[in-house]
Amino acid sequence: MFDVLIIGGGVSGCCIARELSKTQRRIGLLEAQPDICEGTSKANSGIAHAGFDAKPGTLMAKLNVRGNQLLDELALKLDIPLKRNGALVLCFEEEGLAKLQELYDRGVTNGVGELQLLSGEEARALEPALSEEVKGALYAKRSGIVCPFGLTIAMAENAAENGVEFYRGYRVSAVHLNESGTYSVSCENGESFETKILINAAGVYSDVIHNMLPEKEGHNHLEIVPRRGEYCLYDKQAGNLVERTIFQLPGVYGKGTLVTPTVHGNLLIGPTAEDVPGKEEVNTTKAGTDLLLSNGARSVKTLPGGKQMITSFAGLRAHHADHDFIIEESKGYPGFVDVAAIESPGLTSAPAIGEYVAAIVQDIKPAPMKPDFKDTRAGIVTTEGKTLAEKKAIVAENPAYANIICRCESISEGEILAAIHRPVGATTVDGVKRRTRAGMGRCQGGFCSPKVTAILARELGIPVEGVRKSGEASVILYGGLK
Amino acid sequence: MIRKSLVIIGGGPAGMAAALGAVKGGLAPQEILILERDKRLGGILNQCIHNGFGLHTFKEELTGPEYAARYEAQIEEKQIPYKLETMVMSIREGEEKEIIAMNGREGILEIYAKAVILAMGCRERPRGALNIPGYRPAGIYSAGTAQYYVNMEGKLPGKEVVILGSGDIGLIMARRMTLEGAKVKAVAELMPYSGGLKRNIVQCLQDFDIPLLLSHTVVDIKGKERVEGVTIAQVDEKSVPIPGTEEFYPCDTLLLSCGLIPENELSLGCGVEISPVTGGPVVNECLETSKSGIFACGNVLHVHDLVDYVSGEALEAGERAAEYVLSEEDSGPGGQELTVCGENGVRYTVPSTINMNRMKETQTIRFRVGREFQGVKVSVYLEDTLLRSIPKKTMAPGEMEKVILLKKDLEGKEIQRIRITIEEA
Repeated sequence: MFDVLIIGGGVSGCCIARELSKTQRRIGLLEAQPDICEGTSKANSGIAHAGFDAKPGTLMAKLNVRGNQLLDELALKLDIPLKRNGALVLCFEEEGLAKLQELYDRGVTNGVGELQLLSGEEARALEPALSEEVKGALYAKRSGIVCPFGLTIAMAENAAENGVEFYRGYRVSAVHLNESGTYSVSCENGESFETKILINAAGVYSDVIHNMLPEKEGHNHLEIVPRRGEYCLYDKQAGNLVERTIFQLPGVYGKGTLVTPTVHGNLLIGPTAEDVPGKEEVNTTKAGTDLLLSNGARSVKTLPGGKQMITSFAGLRAHHADHDFIIEESKGYPGFVDVAAIESPGLTSAPAIGEYVAAIVQDIKPAPMKPDFKDTRAGIVTTEGKTLAEKKAIVAENPAYANIICRCESISEGEILAAIHRPVGATTVDGVKRRTRAGMGRCQGGFCSPKVTAILARELGIPVEGVRKSGEASVILYGGLK
Repeated sequence: MIRKSLVIIGGGPAGMAAALGAVKGGLAPQEILILERDKRLGGILNQCIHNGFGLHTFKEELTGPEYAARYEAQIEEKQIPYKLETMVMSIREGEEKEIIAMNGREGILEIYAKAVILAMGCRERPRGALNIPGYRPAGIYSAGTAQYYVNMEGKLPGKEVVILGSGDIGLIMARRMTLEGAKVKAVAELMPYSGGLKRNIVQCLQDFDIPLLLSHTVVDIKGKERVEGVTIAQVDEKSVPIPGTEEFYPCDTLLLSCGLIPENELSLGCGVEISPVTGGPVVNECLETSKSGIFACGNVLHVHDLVDYVSGEALEAGERAAEYVLSEEDSGPGGQELTVCGENGVRYTVPSTINMNRMKETQTIRFRVGREFQGVKVSVYLEDTLLRSIPKKTMAPGEMEKVILLKKDLEGKEIQRIRITIEEA
């Protein structure tokens, strides 16, 4: 019997798990995929949004600003890549200047500090690459860039170190309210769990989980619309085109196309916004790429050439018609807590979502704090950015760090071994990639994926044919030759 | 700390031949060090188990590993030192070059050398640069990765295969996968001509009835976890897919063979000027880059079709590097400096400059054309005066060409430019 069971190992679920692990409870987390951070959390803009965009008074506005505040300390304590690079919202027409003012006012109302309105010239002085068409800009110094995998995985690892049990590859097939008031959760693999409190943080599937409990008063049917966002990612050679995150004035479908460096030094353009019927439609389209390139070209004078693009990808945001986060205990089902419709700025808000949900859980059934909660977590040791002397020390301590596996990102066997053997460690090629960046460089895993596959097989004690890219069906090799 | 006269980065065909060239040029073998990141010398030849190597160098047909072994034997015989599983992290230019490298046995190495030869080879163009829409499932491999799985690991990466791009590795893998029982359904090539060698198209596709779809490309990839199929469409002369020509090919694997890119991260890191056309360093008649004492050869310089040509070029680079090390002069060579220009379909030339004081009796100019030609001639002009024309029945971007210049033809001429151009025959 669990005190709390969380469905969903995305950034929300992992932040909730970590926050709840401060208390004396038995906590479990079920993730449908073989790894955490496999849904919306792995394919988004990686922005720590300042919080001027959300409508004042909404939960989204509140948690965005709070989440952004929490990130600095968390980044230090949990070793999460975060950079306060600031953001500019561009306006290309004189008429748009009033809208910039509106955004500024909204930011002030939401409690966002360090906002500034700039003229086109002032904006270009900060970012020389900006287009001559820029008439004005809102400058948000509190905006930042964060590694979405880094945040999610750090939260999960720290939660696991504090006793949260992670069950990966557990796709929930049914939820049932028992007479005793507890919930039974069945999984497709035949396993089942019983819990006093059930948290639904299943991302684009949060409506499916919600609707597994029969509709009744206080528990209405929920519908989440997958809203696809496509992105183009550029080589690090293009990473210094701009220093800040460059937004355009928001439209109906979100914050418009942004051009931003990533926290690891690539250049990212995206997202599109298109409602799609399927919850797995993370395919990119030619129309999407074309749109991004033409939109992006409005913001900056010249986009990097096509050869510098190293990949394109798409993610699905969990959109709800009301466009606000839905985080509440069901009035129809006590102890069932929805954490649904977590679309942008969900990543930024996640640490605050963790706090907010922990408070709800505490209201439902209080538990004492853990005296020995470990609130720090060290990331994987890397040689990146280290001095020669520091690198020598790392290699001397662990010679595996001298065996470079991913040439593009200079990731060694040392990092990969650590990724596999940490709490909630990597078991797939994509899992290694998200923990170490092996395969994220310009050759996109062409050279290193066979080596990573071989290391995974060796370390997990499975045949090389048993290693997967991500999901169970993502077979890499079909066995020996004839 | 290690001090050497010459450090060669890469122990593939280019690096090995360069080392032998340096010995031929008068360097003592122990003054040379080859740094190789793999477990053995030979580079990519080790996974090229098909034959066709060595026709020019050894006048016989060898497999890749056999070709590599012949050079390796010479390295061993001359006792040229090398370090395996050693990754070079950075090169710093200067009168004495500093190379930071590492391996699991010795940790981080600081190596100092008078001269450096870049011989890192090339890598395959990744999917991102191709920008194919669709999903990101398992089952999309570069042809070279598939070759590694099949030939080095003995594992089959796919059963039903479509290949995008008709580069040589893709053609070779079409045959290899077929021989291992996979069904290769088609090879789609964006251009109206193949980027591979004619002999490979015949021996690897035609002999196995594998269709080569010229002016076609993959416009969609289906399959969330593993490839389930790809959509291929015809393209117009601007390489834009033509609506209505889409055809779906069920398959579990998409191999990419869309060109090779010289691997010049280290070169860029030490400030070597890179040609936007070749992706490799800009070099002079000595195959010396824009940085004094840093030479380049093989696929890191420009992508070759045949390893025999790589060996030839690398031998030259080795000899020139030895000359550099052994030369007493501190200042440059002085003398007349000629620019070599490729025109009218000649995409680039290697080298791009010739210093008359350092020019040998002959100078090979290697180049590629940018499109197919039939019934033409390659003409060499000294400024506007025709020096020589060589008739060519056909020319294709997939075949590297060369002309040989004689020093006596250039000496005493009041010229600045040598122009190489394609003309109607």
